[in-house]
Amino acid sequence: MTYLTKPTLHHPTLVKNKAGYTRRDYEGKVSTLCAGCGHDSISAAFIQACWELDIQPHRVAKLSGIGCSSKTPDYFLGNSHGFNTVHGRMPSVLTGANLANRELIYLGVSGDGDSASIGIGQFAHVMRRGVNMTYIVENNGVYGLTKGQFSATADQGSKSKKGVANTDSPVDMVALALQLGATYVGRSFSGDKRQLVPLIKGALAHQGAAFLDVVSPCVAFNNHAGSTKSYDYVREHNEAVSRIDFITTRSEITVDYPEGEVVEVAQHDGSTLRLRKLHPEYDPTNRISAMNYIQEHHAKGEVVTGLLYVDPQPEDLHTHLNTAEMPFNRMGKKELCPGSAMLERINASLR
Amino acid sequence: MNTNTSPKKISAVNDFVVKFANVNGSGSASANEMFAKSILRMGVPVSPRNIFPSNIQGLPTWYEVRVTEKGYLGRRGGVDMMVAMNPQTWDKDIAEIAPGGYLLYDSTKALPASKFRDDINVIGVPLTEICNDTYSDPRERQLFKNIIYVGVLSALLGMDAEAIAELIGEQYKSKEKLLKHNVHALQLGRDYAMAKLTCPLPIRVEKRDNIGDMILVEGNAAAALGMVYGGATVCAWYPITPSSSVAEAFINYCQKLRLDTTNKSKYAIVQAEDEIASIGIVTGAGWNGARAFTATSGPGVSLMTEFIGLAYFAEIPVTIINVQRGGPSTGMPTRTQQADLISSAYAGHGDTKHVLLFPEDPNECFEFGAACLDLADRLQTPVFLMTDLDIGMNQRLCKPFKWDDAREYDRGKVMTYELLESGKEFGRYLDVDGDGVPFRTYPGTHPTKGGYFTRGTTKDAYARYSEAGPDYLYNVQRLLKKFNTAKKLVPQPIERKATQKTRLGALYFGSTSPAMNEAYDALEEQGTHVDLMRLRAFPFPDSVQAFVNAHDTVFVVEQNRDAQMRSMLVNELGINPAKLVPVLNYDGTPITARFIIKEVAERAAGLNVVPLRKGKEAV
Repeated sequence: MTYLTKPTLHHPTLVKNKAGYTRRDYEGKVSTLCAGCGHDSISAAFIQACWELDIQPHRVAKLSGIGCSSKTPDYFLGNSHGFNTVHGRMPSVLTGANLANRELIYLGVSGDGDSASIGIGQFAHVMRRGVNMTYIVENNGVYGLTKGQFSATADQGSKSKKGVANTDSPVDMVALALQLGATYVGRSFSGDKRQLVPLIKGALAHQGAAFLDVVSPCVAFNNHAGSTKSYDYVREHNEAVSRIDFITTRSEITVDYPEGEVVEVAQHDGSTLRLRKLHPEYDPTNRISAMNYIQEHHAKGEVVTGLLYVDPQPEDLHTHLNTAEMPFNRMGKKELCPGSAMLERINASLR
Repeated sequence: MNTNTSPKKISAVNDFVVKFANVNGSGSASANEMFAKSILRMGVPVSPRNIFPSNIQGLPTWYEVRVTEKGYLGRRGGVDMMVAMNPQTWDKDIAEIAPGGYLLYDSTKALPASKFRDDINVIGVPLTEICNDTYSDPRERQLFKNIIYVGVLSALLGMDAEAIAELIGEQYKSKEKLLKHNVHALQLGRDYAMAKLTCPLPIRVEKRDNIGDMILVEGNAAAALGMVYGGATVCAWYPITPSSSVAEAFINYCQKLRLDTTNKSKYAIVQAEDEIASIGIVTGAGWNGARAFTATSGPGVSLMTEFIGLAYFAEIPVTIINVQRGGPSTGMPTRTQQADLISSAYAGHGDTKHVLLFPEDPNECFEFGAACLDLADRLQTPVFLMTDLDIGMNQRLCKPFKWDDAREYDRGKVMTYELLESGKEFGRYLDVDGDGVPFRTYPGTHPTKGGYFTRGTTKDAYARYSEAGPDYLYNVQRLLKKFNTAKKLVPQPIERKATQKTRLGALYFGSTSPAMNEAYDALEEQGTHVDLMRLRAFPFPDSVQAFVNAHDTVFVVEQNRDAQMRSMLVNELGINPAKLVPVLNYDGTPITARFIIKEVAERAAGLNVVPLRKGKEAV
């Protein structure tokens, strides 16, 4: 299916961003996912976010694991390098790639099976290490490619298409990410582009471990009555704590906000996150209270969305390791090899 | 004690084995090492080995030093002098001494005669008493006891007091107080021996000049240094004996050798959560154009297998240092084997084969380590450095490390921005020049050209998604071609001809090397002539087939139960299995020349090969 290529002829009047690209330049191959799949909306949100941020598409590296969600990096940013890695192991590959070249933007795309089941270990450790990345879980509560088995994020009592209720407790990826030290944590819904696009923009600009849990209904296997990951259920139970606008240092992008309390969070790189708090008591810079808030509302059956936590001064793995500014993949013999004279001194110390 | 008839006394100059029986964690290791190194300073080769438990404190541990003027660095077997400092293993240690050998023990507390043997020479020194009289701190009493017995030994074996004092001086260069204490303890031991014992014994060390510019170093440290010189920037690892000291040595070397002008690190080391993450990090870094490696052992390789398979098919440079040990996870982590050959050579799923390099000693750990990084880039594939505990965790005398400053890193076929811009065609999996190796691009190279999506095998020559049979065949057959290309790039085997024309050959590799070289001399002496070929890599270069063809019978000497190298030879070269006779040592201890000599001589006799007496014509 992905042999299909989109026509590359672009309409001459297409608007170009400051980097000189039209929105079409951020597209990829034609999606092979089911019509109406939430994942395709997320891909579209990526395209929109990257275009609006004037990111050069080829400076993004897309990494994914295995599953429907992990196929999607082929469907956006077609000129970027992508790597469909091993089931549940994208975080380690992304970590290594990030260490090799700190100058690219790293996007990790995963699903709930890939990250909450087989990959929960690597998910935990990549957050702990603070790898500078945007890690997104396209969360539909089921295994799509293998036809509808429950995943570890399926709510207890949620029913499968065949009517079987899930008896296991769900893994809340957002709660985990908060607990493990992610410095930008949000949740959204694939059906709410107005919330999702600025959340992705904030994550891409964040210089640390950014995690987004995006509920993304599976139209084939998990969009029925009794499911807690269906379009209807999420729309009814969506409890947004904030609406954000992401402002780069260069320009202001306006988003049509309803009235409310507006808080501006200055980022380390000079950009600004403007939050309109929908709940006056919610403090997105307090990790502990964010965790409490999410747990309390989860108990009420609500899906809390929005930017849930941000550390405006994040540290990343490169900071922790004190690595050189020059990317490792540009270093050669001159930078790396200590030479024969030094080796002679080492030999002398071994006699 | 042996009072009536005095036992015979083994007599040997620069050719004997001293074994120390200690308690793990008692501080004996540095004293024992000092003993070995001071013999080296007298110009006499030594081969020290740790025989240690999977334990931090309390269990028995041994240190064996082979003094060998001829430079035979393999384990000899047998013990001429036992320094028995561990009551737990007393009986076993005493039993191990060769008749006519020597026992040095702490005689502070009297032991019944039944605890000794009549056919050995017993030397009692009241070590605890000397310590208790000299030191009040219990820790000092323990630690200096070790130095005191080294002092006693130095007198008994006629060793150079200056050489030891010099070593202590170097070790405690900036620690005046420790230096003084250690020199004093050493002198206490020497003085006691000189006053109360017959010195020197019939086994003793005499000064020679047989060391030249050789160095004494552990293989793991050497491999780590090879990674530094070869340009590795990313190391991801998970602790596992016997490989952990590779990563630790890499950290130490990098802290000294890899800082930029602003004191920032030109390396990154991640102690990962497991081996799966280690190899994942290495794969990601390799994909993105950095040189990266992991160090592990057999159980770690098992966990890495899915990634290794992917890296093979996705054609990503990866270097894996496999310091082999006895398997499985609760196997013999502190014992040596060469038993991961097949599991490393064919790690993966689907049809996979990997490049393996077999260093014989620390010098080759360094050289092949750096070579692995070049080969991984040149071939865009996983490459294994197959060492083992015997090389990795023991100090081994070897040639000094060498580096040619004119040498450039071989980064392989990388399509740059300039090449892409000039219009050169890029197909990620396109075989452009017939060697099976395609061009790759690093992510972020060019705005519109060279980008591709990396997957396993569902792709065509241009990295477009494809499940079509012909596309699959194109890629996997190209991978075979690449594997053939590797044959010419890997370190080639080294032959050593017998002094007479012979129908017998022997293949060996890795840590078997010193034992094999010693066995060769002895077999020659006995009139059993065997041509040797040391394998240094897999895939096997054509010369291996030629060597097998040129002999009627070829011994394959290896350190595992199932003759894994032999299986690979049969599998890859289609050799008649009857022609390859396995010689297998796999009890966890390093193979000895004595073992090889016995096995080869017996089998040669059974094969109706008339041993050729010296001076006689071949039959």
